[in-house]
Amino acid sequence: MSAKPVKASYRHQGWVAHVFLLPWMLGMILVTAGPLIASAFLAFTDYDLLTAPEFIGFDNFTRMMEDERFWASTRVTALYVVVSVPLQLAFALFLAIILDKGIKGLPLYRSAFYLPSLLGGSVAIAILWRQLFGDAGLINTVLAFFGIEAGSWLQNPDTAPWTLIVLNIWTFGSPMVIFLAGLRQIPDELLEAAQVDGAGRVRRFFSITIPLLTPIIFLNLILQMIGSFQAFTPAHVVSGGSGGPLDSTLFYTLYIYQEGFVNFDMGYAAAMAWVLLVVIAIATGITFIVSRRWVHYGDE
Amino acid sequence: MSTIDPVMKLDSGLEPVARSPRRHMERRRNLRRHVFLLIFAGLMLYPLVWMVISSFKPSNLILSQTGLIPSEVTLENYSGGWNALGTPFTTFFINSGLIAVGSILGNLFSCSLTAYALARLDFRGNKLYFSLTLLTMMLPFHVLIIPQYILFAELGWINTYAPLLIPKLLASDAVFIFLMVQFIRTIPKELDQAAMLDGAGPFRIFWSVILPLMQPALITTTIFTFIWTWNDYFGPLLYLTKTKLYTVPVALKSLVDTETQSGIGIMFAMSLISLIPILLFFLFAQKYIIKGIATTGIK
Repeated sequence: MSAKPVKASYRHQGWVAHVFLLPWMLGMILVTAGPLIASAFLAFTDYDLLTAPEFIGFDNFTRMMEDERFWASTRVTALYVVVSVPLQLAFALFLAIILDKGIKGLPLYRSAFYLPSLLGGSVAIAILWRQLFGDAGLINTVLAFFGIEAGSWLQNPDTAPWTLIVLNIWTFGSPMVIFLAGLRQIPDELLEAAQVDGAGRVRRFFSITIPLLTPIIFLNLILQMIGSFQAFTPAHVVSGGSGGPLDSTLFYTLYIYQEGFVNFDMGYAAAMAWVLLVVIAIATGITFIVSRRWVHYGDE
Repeated sequence: MSTIDPVMKLDSGLEPVARSPRRHMERRRNLRRHVFLLIFAGLMLYPLVWMVISSFKPSNLILSQTGLIPSEVTLENYSGGWNALGTPFTTFFINSGLIAVGSILGNLFSCSLTAYALARLDFRGNKLYFSLTLLTMMLPFHVLIIPQYILFAELGWINTYAPLLIPKLLASDAVFIFLMVQFIRTIPKELDQAAMLDGAGPFRIFWSVILPLMQPALITTTIFTFIWTWNDYFGPLLYLTKTKLYTVPVALKSLVDTETQSGIGIMFAMSLISLIPILLFFLFAQKYIIKGIATTGIK
């Protein structure tokens, strides 16, 4: 009985839906799809915002191959992603497991560990980091107390990128919260049954907890990886916008910013943005393909 | 209970003896965990504590005296820093506040409309639109930013807040659409159908049935939009070049550029003040923040 009037009204929903979707449609065309097409076009042009874009074929891409700074920024970003993401996830998982076993004061600990994630992307924290790792900053003072002379972390190209890696690891709280939610989904009966069967703590962890958690590990890996590829604020603030010393903190996105909005080389910047898109897509794709070997879903 | 079973007596007599070492071990293990967690949390939060304390020290003492208890406490960094850029920080706070409120309203409006249509209305293209939304979620914004900048520059929107607000009004934060669609799907469809039988149209259903019920999703959207726009640095850096229009993060950065080492105290004081709105939001909305991040991964 009730199905009929409902179905009758469905006929009108075509246009009604589009009224609801009007803002989204405009946004899709003006803010997303339009710029996406335009940027694909710009990638093949030389454009300085003042004169009309000039079509130059693949020149922007061949220029990248010979551009020292492009490769420097690629190396820094690769180092940043490859080192900080696994370490961040390891910290996140480790602390989630410690917190999961019904500890008193969980909300307090969770907040303490999560807080840096909330603040980590802000300019204020980047400024703090600049001072922490500065010549006479907290880190060096502590090291000096133990008799270690470290020198300047930020002016040394070997150590400068590591300060940003440490900053990213410091924000392990958000993957930790996701891990905590995942750990809660693991049924206690499974762990208890294994215990009855004589499986020890370590055995239970590696044979039950970790396999059941792999979908969550995978989700965190994808999220943090994509986020780290796009990091910008800390590098821009810590290096004063230069990406120095010796381009050692020239994150890929910072180089795009410099070329596009400092040198107004919009075509080159657009081409680089597309390379980033492709690299992120490939990295994500590979992670997905490899995941089939180690991610276990409950229904398998 | 009145007759004492010897076995039971034996049992209850044995129990404390048998359990006590185990309980003792458990307690010790718990204590060890607490000690470890406290030390670790202390290490994690120490930089923040250092910033708080340093902001109350005279600048020349910040680097020479690193102990936790300052020998001299001053509010000079706050009073001096507030006007250090010529324009008082009050202006930057108002600017950031306006953009945050505008973005929140824009997101609530546009994302809820979109989510309702995608989750509840039956029309051709529904699935396609939803997958498009998911795709935009994964698109790095760098690919769009250059043409967007050119477009907004052509429209004469540089040094206005339009480039920061209009995209929100046009549902460009796809994460929130996704969040709301997922939430609406948990609301029983029978409610819509009952309202429909009472003669309510889609707009009425959206406004009187769905919207009130999706309050948690709206609150989560509000909180994260606030935190994101408050922290956002890239957008304002691109579109706002006049000091008067600066948001708090851009003002902070220009403070770093102008201050010499003697002004570290000022930088700490202003940085700290810039974090206060986020800390307050966190304090009052923890539940929603934790839930939001646990279910969707947004941070």
